[in-house]
Amino acid sequence: MDLTFASMSEIVDAVKTKKVSVKEITHHFKTRIENIDGKLNSFTSINPNAANEAEALDERLAKGEDLGVLAGVPFGIKEMFCTKGLKTTAGSKILENFVPPYDSTVVARLKKAGVVILGKLNQDEFAMGSSNETSFHGVVKNPWNLECVPGGSSGGSAAAQASRLVAGTLGTDTGGSIRQPASFCGIVGVKPTYGRVSRYGIIAYASSLDQAGPMVSSVKDAALTLEVISGFDEYDSTTTQRSVPAWSKNLKADVKGMKIGLMKEYMSGSLHPDVQKTVENSVDTLKKMGAEIVEVSVPMTEFAVPVYYLVAASEASSNLARYDGVKYGFRADFKNLSAIDLEEFYGKTRGLGFGKEVKRRIMLGTYCLSSGYYDAYYNKAGQVRRLIMNQYLEAFKNCDVILSPVTTAPAFKIGERISDPLAMYLNDIFTTSTNLAGLPGMSVPFGMSQDGLPIGIQLTASHFEEQKMLDVGFALESASPVKGKNPHVI
Amino acid sequence: MSYRGFEAVIGIEIHVQLSTATKIFCADSTEFNAGDNENTSPVSVGMPGTLPVVNKKAIEYSVKTGLALGCDIRRKSIFARKNYFYPDLPKGYQISQYDKPICENGKVTFKVDGVEKTVSITRAHMEEDAGKSIHHGDHTLINYNRSGIPLLEVVSGPDIRSPAEAAEYGRTIRQIVRYLDVCDGNLEEGSMRCDCNVSVRKVGAPQFGTKVEIKNINSFRFVEKAIEFEIERQIDAVERGEKIIQETRLWDPDKNRTFSMRTKEDAQDYRYFQDPDLLPVFVTEEMIEKYRKELPELPIARARRFQEEHALPELDAQVLTTEKSLADFYEETAKEAKNFKASSNWIMTELIRELNSANKDIKDSPIKPKQLGRMIALIDNGTISGKMAKAVFQEMWDSGKDPETVVKEKGLVQISDPAAIEKLIDEVLANNAQAVDDHKTGKKKNLFGFFVGAVMKASKGQANPELVNKILQEKLK
Repeated sequence: MDLTFASMSEIVDAVKTKKVSVKEITHHFKTRIENIDGKLNSFTSINPNAANEAEALDERLAKGEDLGVLAGVPFGIKEMFCTKGLKTTAGSKILENFVPPYDSTVVARLKKAGVVILGKLNQDEFAMGSSNETSFHGVVKNPWNLECVPGGSSGGSAAAQASRLVAGTLGTDTGGSIRQPASFCGIVGVKPTYGRVSRYGIIAYASSLDQAGPMVSSVKDAALTLEVISGFDEYDSTTTQRSVPAWSKNLKADVKGMKIGLMKEYMSGSLHPDVQKTVENSVDTLKKMGAEIVEVSVPMTEFAVPVYYLVAASEASSNLARYDGVKYGFRADFKNLSAIDLEEFYGKTRGLGFGKEVKRRIMLGTYCLSSGYYDAYYNKAGQVRRLIMNQYLEAFKNCDVILSPVTTAPAFKIGERISDPLAMYLNDIFTTSTNLAGLPGMSVPFGMSQDGLPIGIQLTASHFEEQKMLDVGFALESASPVKGKNPHVI
Repeated sequence: MSYRGFEAVIGIEIHVQLSTATKIFCADSTEFNAGDNENTSPVSVGMPGTLPVVNKKAIEYSVKTGLALGCDIRRKSIFARKNYFYPDLPKGYQISQYDKPICENGKVTFKVDGVEKTVSITRAHMEEDAGKSIHHGDHTLINYNRSGIPLLEVVSGPDIRSPAEAAEYGRTIRQIVRYLDVCDGNLEEGSMRCDCNVSVRKVGAPQFGTKVEIKNINSFRFVEKAIEFEIERQIDAVERGEKIIQETRLWDPDKNRTFSMRTKEDAQDYRYFQDPDLLPVFVTEEMIEKYRKELPELPIARARRFQEEHALPELDAQVLTTEKSLADFYEETAKEAKNFKASSNWIMTELIRELNSANKDIKDSPIKPKQLGRMIALIDNGTISGKMAKAVFQEMWDSGKDPETVVKEKGLVQISDPAAIEKLIDEVLANNAQAVDDHKTGKKKNLFGFFVGAVMKASKGQANPELVNKILQEKLK
């Protein structure tokens, strides 16, 4: 079998029927990483024990043990997830040598399901960025065009998956960080409902917005991975007690009678013509498949970007306070200084340890939460956030799934926007409101720009309605004009 | 209370450590005697990615304390983050409650110098403790065992007017939380710490003066001394025409004075906001009803009942209710003895003296309440005399044996048979014919005591002294 392009189910079947050993699979993908990743910079570190872990799985299989629903599937994990014994830097110098003594719940669940972790994937520092240019480990390149960004912040995951260096990856999405890079790299990315997936062990950026999700090659693989990582976790009190549906088994490409909402606000903006065309094609396709198209409106999404940046920066300023050089991670060198006070200690350590974008957001957040400004910024942002959610719930009374672009344009050139933070923030215009409302969202590849860059379609559903969203995604995938297209790098 | 024409206005914040087995947001042990950093986990040292999960016991204990202090219990309270940097604060913020605390608007009543005083409780909120920095020359070591220890901060209104009231307020809070069994009240181990806000104003002035905070006092005696010093210091300053600076001060018990720690200018902006990692704390009607039913009778009510139903003097009632375990001991003893005052007397004199000299807690008393009760009953039914009882008590204390066993082993049964006593008396009188004659003729006075002593001696102390008296008097007529 062609391991490179195999789906997760195919790999699991091959392992269970002993057509191929986990060790062989691991070796195959490890070799791909060694040969290809030099061009992409998607991996930050390789798991030195992967081969041994694969062998251990083969031994267990030989004894007749059940390895789990993802038996032998090689995974790459975004650096935001703590992995026991494997460096987890969150793309930051301040965690340069941090090796967690524990696994995040999501990683623990994947391991229990039989995956082999091949390594950790590059990302924007602390997931702050829309282009993967702010990482301490350097810029990640888009496998479709090495001069372009892969998107951020889960750019390493998107690039590694698109070039099939692994069979599955995990990303995190705070304001679009799974969906936007998935769109830029032509893969499937799913951000589940807030509370579906445990955040325990995921390095926090903005706690009320962060959510983990799969970045994989197909809707089915996404559903399968999602089933493994979802569900209540006693270590995260914000996780839901709801049971996890059998999304992958229930998956159907049938949208007959479904109502697809087109959001007025998303259609009126200035879209890149290739994106515009992709959205139109997707709508036509769904119509032909029997779906009803309805117009919906969430007027408050106009404020989603500023509200998102106020909320995210505020929470981040607090979440990142623990990186102070006292207990772990980077500490500024004070050897040649005789007397230092605490403020100098924190100032130097944090000043040298954090990158520019992270510092910018910490300062913005600190300002928003400070006395005298709290009501005008953080509190007000919270109120608008509530209105956005209410308007979404209203909209979902008239449709099952909302369809929209993921971004205004395909992947841009490396360096093109990095010096203009505001332009960069506006990248997230279509994705942030989903996080603010806690809704599930996904990106499915459906188009290609004239320049040969992938374009995704965003689907959003009401809370805990992942099945509807995945079904529409599955339908689009089955009819996608870009199905089977792969980046040049492979 | 007036000091040189000034009045003190005092408010106190008491950090009560809730005696849960595990920390407030994770499963680390809260045991006091653990080795350095032994009671830690990724959560309590704030490792990246870790999340807090609230300890249900801490909520239960907070609600119970709130109910005992007559507070309104907020049905939906919120955990907030208090952001500041300090090496012993692992996350860079402390999880606390801010504008929506779990308990509000309570009050507590106690007596100072015989006068009843009521102090309002503004609020009581839950929070986690920080770690501890230990400075060794150039180095600072940090122990995170305390990090995440559950605290309930009880904040009084500015109702306290004297150092004595402040100390008594503190003792009353301590007594209540110990009654509730939600805090061990051990001040040396840091289970309770006080911050005192003190200001002075001319008697009758409508406005409060500028307040000064004295932080982290770990004894109620020091609370009293620190406030005393602070009142004098502030009045001196005002009289010199100086302005009181709003600041935080510390109490130095060795020098018997407070000193400045930081002024308001370098005060923190804590940037409070709701902790997004924690859901609101919901307290249901059912929980409140359940906890209310589980509340023990509180010391003031119990002392009142002892006075009214047991006819105990106020002093007895107060002493016996200082600790719940002591009051329980008394009630069980009295129930067995069927004699309130005698039970109170034996506990307040003999038992407490023995406990104190052995440095023992009432719970560890070798004499159990039922045993003491039965011993008192033995006195009341005439089996042993009060004097014998002291020997019986001592033996019970030493050996832990039942009173009946001690009486039997030592042959301490009192002779209360009038015939037997008459026989003893007759013998004594026969052996002392001259003295009898002297007594009857009035030649020598005060010989009655001599006869009693002789009879008691002849009975080896076992004769019932009342009967001896009675029969002797008749015989010597």
